[in-house]
Amino acid sequence: MKLINKKNMLGFLAVILTYAIAGFLIDKGFIDSYIFLNIVLIGINIILAVSLNLITGFTGQFSLGHAAFMSIGAYTSGILTAKLGLPFWVGILGAALLAAVAGIIIGIPTLRLKGDYLAIATLGFGEIVKIIGLNTDYIGGATGLNDIPRYTTWTWLYFCVVVTVLLISNFIKSYKGRACISIGEDEIAAEAMGVNTTYYKVLAFTLGSFFAGIAGALYANYFYFIKPDSFGFMKSIDILVIVVFGGMASIKGSILGAVLLSLISLFLQGIPELRMVVYAVILFLIMVYRPQGIIGKGEFKLFKKRGGLNANNQSK
Amino acid sequence: MEQLIQQLVNGVSLGSIYALIALGYTMVYGIINLINFAHGDIYMIGAYIGFALTTFLHLGFFPALILSMLLTSMLGMVIEKVAYKPIRKSTRIAALITAISVSLFLEYGMMYFVKPETRTFPEVLPNKQISIFNTSAVLDIKNIYILVVTITLMLILQYVIYKTKVGKAMRAVSLDSDAAQLMGIDINKTISYTFAIGSALAGAAGVLVGSYYNSINPLMGVVPGLKAFVAAVIGGIGVIPGAVLGGFFLGFTETLVSAFGGSLYKDAVAFAVLILVLLIKPKGLLGRNIREKV
Amino acid sequence: MPIIKVNNLSKAFGGVKAVSNINMSVEAGEIAGIIGPNGAGKTTFFNLLTGIYTPTSGEVIYNLERKISSKSFKPYKMTGYGVARTFQNIRLFKNMSVLDNVLIGCHNNMSYGLLSSLLHLPAFRRSEAKAYDEAIKLLDIFGLADKKDEPASKLPYGEQRKVEIARALAAKPKLLLLDEPAAGMNPNETKELTKLISWIKDEFKLTIILIEHDMSLVMGICSKIFVFDYGNLIASGTPTEVQNNEQVIKAYLGGE
Repeated sequence: MKLINKKNMLGFLAVILTYAIAGFLIDKGFIDSYIFLNIVLIGINIILAVSLNLITGFTGQFSLGHAAFMSIGAYTSGILTAKLGLPFWVGILGAALLAAVAGIIIGIPTLRLKGDYLAIATLGFGEIVKIIGLNTDYIGGATGLNDIPRYTTWTWLYFCVVVTVLLISNFIKSYKGRACISIGEDEIAAEAMGVNTTYYKVLAFTLGSFFAGIAGALYANYFYFIKPDSFGFMKSIDILVIVVFGGMASIKGSILGAVLLSLISLFLQGIPELRMVVYAVILFLIMVYRPQGIIGKGEFKLFKKRGGLNANNQSK
Repeated sequence: MEQLIQQLVNGVSLGSIYALIALGYTMVYGIINLINFAHGDIYMIGAYIGFALTTFLHLGFFPALILSMLLTSMLGMVIEKVAYKPIRKSTRIAALITAISVSLFLEYGMMYFVKPETRTFPEVLPNKQISIFNTSAVLDIKNIYILVVTITLMLILQYVIYKTKVGKAMRAVSLDSDAAQLMGIDINKTISYTFAIGSALAGAAGVLVGSYYNSINPLMGVVPGLKAFVAAVIGGIGVIPGAVLGGFFLGFTETLVSAFGGSLYKDAVAFAVLILVLLIKPKGLLGRNIREKV
Repeated sequence: MPIIKVNNLSKAFGGVKAVSNINMSVEAGEIAGIIGPNGAGKTTFFNLLTGIYTPTSGEVIYNLERKISSKSFKPYKMTGYGVARTFQNIRLFKNMSVLDNVLIGCHNNMSYGLLSSLLHLPAFRRSEAKAYDEAIKLLDIFGLADKKDEPASKLPYGEQRKVEIARALAAKPKLLLLDEPAAGMNPNETKELTKLISWIKDEFKLTIILIEHDMSLVMGICSKIFVFDYGNLIASGTPTEVQNNEQVIKAYLGGE
């Protein structure tokens, strides 16, 4: 329980060193803009995957709408920095807060649903957010929001990734985090032990959305340009795939999964016509041969058998 | 008023299509608890088969429809054997991602083979319009074809499910697969048949849509697939009459929203209705509520 | 003054009465046993006592720290009212460590804020250290302290039952509800458990209600026994009274 011990110190040093070395390489041009673009994508994917892991991996709430919170963050930061000319930190904070508020609003009604039904409802919400975006002229509608200043630097990216990973890891180790994990494991037992399951589900959902909002801000302020279609249902699936591929309820897994899957899709860009076909085959092979992910822990609830083949006793 | 009648006519057609696709979703979910995301793509492939048969082999509407149903049902069985059988005992999320991988494979595989551009489906249905009650609202003969084909298929399905051995087996497996197996029902065969029937219905919907709207493309299955799935959930996924109810309900809702000037938001309304239904009746309109045993 | 009072309690599922018209009370410091054939409504009764089901009619009144009626029961509020339970089919958090399972039991007694959780501020460390000590103390009582880091699912059946009791005790209840605590245990383990239950009752100043099929356990430690059959309370009294009750004998042995 000590704050400063050997392990912490080593981790701290590694974090600082990685930052300094990469910063130096970018400065001196050893890492060109193409590589940096991919580093940005990896960083954003890490934030998205770790935050979704809190909701789906740890708390066991099957969400297919994570990209919607990212889009809310992206647009918020886009508006704050491009239209209102505010600094980036305001953009990030605004993005995170608005995404979190959206998380509360969406979470309270839908988190009463379970399993596949929750997945469908969150998918529906994600699509609704997208359609509202497509039809709102203020933010450019279907053509998207342009001329967003490029504020996402290595420092901002790295800082946001580290903060996300650190805070979520800390949260998981607190009694609130334990309550969330207990819900993912057995909701009825968690309730019987005094865990207000609705509250903690919404809390996990809100926190996850908060960090997805940050990822959105980093995205918007790197790519100059955002449009609602970039944050559709397929983006939510991509994030979910990272979480599952990395390993449910494993933060290290999500980080590793984000890096590996980003690299895979980078290599697939060499075969643009068959890229998605090969990606589909890779997904399939992972699900058949390594469904528990790279760092798979035990059998999590969402990872349990689908009740034999049985439609009616699925929730047992 | 005229517009309303016109939209109701459109609603029947749209609802029929949704219902046909939703049936496949619901049957598969009922039997193996899998949200078969690739189902919308089978509908797309059905449309392409119909396109090939009518364009290159110059077949008429009905031969093309029946052949297309036959081929998609075979495709459905192959997909089940190759992709879904290995993950049958696996988890919800793994199953879902597998289904999505199959969907991507079909979409982009098709795109590779038939090229991404939109194709024009030949005019295989008589292009005649009748005015309704002497108003300016018109009833396209194609609407009647869609409705008649849909109802016929549903009656056949009803017969298969309630009067045949295969149907009895399907109902038994969806109720309790272990018990069904103990009673000597071949689970593998039953699942295969379920995929075959569901896929045939989706293939039929593909041909109907192709000949109605005359244009098809490799991603045409994504949105209707999602909507039909929404329809199945609204009706109560796993419940066959629910899929039909949900399909027509969604078809009418969407056309009514369009009629009142909200066509840009019709997809959003569909999802909003879904969420609303789930919140009021968590298992859908006709779904049964099952209490968790403590 | 009884610590729990049940008035005309009934629960029906779609016309089928699982529990009907139960009247009973238990005094503070008692160990009460509930027995009856399978399907007699015992677990349903427990679920009514813990807010998992709401009564169709009648009510349950607790007189623990304050008076609470079943109208304000909610499953997650019960530990706050001083009621903790275990489950017939063991509901441990299987992938969590034994220690974490017990720490979840401490949930209601911890209250540092979100910021402390995210940043591990001093409030976090203070509260977690205290909970850790309490949890270890409980695990010691059950002889499980050396297995604290193992995933709960890796423990043998008998020990899992003990972890579940430890987890319930971590919530510092006044009333402990045990649903078949000796199920799946061999006679020796049952004997040991019987001693342990009466010991923790005194140590933690508890009232205990338990459902059990093992008569040696029930007759050994219960001061009062309630017999359920087909959802009805057919007899109650001391072990001897119940053993000689004709209706009870009929219920167990069948016949007219």
